[in-house]
Amino acid sequence: MIDLGPHAVFIVWAYVGVALGIAGLIGWTLFDARRTASELSQLEARDPRRQRPADATP
Amino acid sequence: MTADTEPKLNWWNRLANPGQFVAWTTPLLWPLTILTAVLFVLGLWFAFFNSPADYQMGDTVRIMYVHVPNAWLSQFVYATMSVSALGTLVWRHPMADVSMKAAAPLGALFTALALFTGALWGRPTWGTFWEWDGRMTSTLVLLLIYLGLVALWRAFDDQLRAARIIAVFTLVGAINIPIIKFSVDWWSTLHQPASVFRPDGPRMPGSILVPLFVMFFAFTFLFLTLHLKAMHTEVKRRRVMTLKRRLAQGGSA
Repeated sequence: MIDLGPHAVFIVWAYVGVALGIAGLIGWTLFDARRTASELSQLEARDPRRQRPADATP
Repeated sequence: MTADTEPKLNWWNRLANPGQFVAWTTPLLWPLTILTAVLFVLGLWFAFFNSPADYQMGDTVRIMYVHVPNAWLSQFVYATMSVSALGTLVWRHPMADVSMKAAAPLGALFTALALFTGALWGRPTWGTFWEWDGRMTSTLVLLLIYLGLVALWRAFDDQLRAARIIAVFTLVGAINIPIIKFSVDWWSTLHQPASVFRPDGPRMPGSILVPLFVMFFAFTFLFLTLHLKAMHTEVKRRRVMTLKRRLAQGGSA
């Protein structure tokens, strides 16, 4: 690792803070997407309008 | 209506169909993700291993490579929301309010990170984490506006009605963007004036500009990727709400 000089603690914390913030944002975006997609697929399975054509198929 | 008389939809109108928007933009997600990751790896390599210390600020100049892109995005995301707000109010484009809602939490985080990295840069450079000067105070106001808009979206059950009201609030809040931009010119501030986008050219050497621009594009593509993903999720969330209403009506009938 390169020598960051006397203010290394400020530089490291700036990057660590940004990394944690971005990781949290990516994590939340993916979690929200999966949770919503899962809820949607469950509701679509219960939706009578979607079941009707399948029921009519012999 | 026959095939001859049926109006032909242009791409703008086709994008108004949320399902079609998701179908068309889903193939963009992986290329955007890979491009963002490559830019971040390159940017971090430049930031730590291939850029010099500044002759005045020393190594603390490396904080600039995360501070400036976040500060840029704090304003760019708001500009995106303002254009989307116009899309909602003027054209009533269904994807405009989806874009507006999906961008708000992203903008809030980028603004918070701009303030956080600015404070960490300010302490060794100016001797203080915080000063109530024009640039810092107007950026804090921007963060509060973002948080207010996120709270407003959550306060409404009817998202279509919410969109019109929030679009008006978003456009009113846009007045803060030129205030942030010109605060360093209008008032005496600790914050330095613009040093990259200037009429007489950047006041930085290429060895510092290159990592700054790589990180700038890395953060911008990160926003575009997350915004697109969040818009897809919002489209699905609205479909969830529609289905819940339909099932509730079917159950009570």
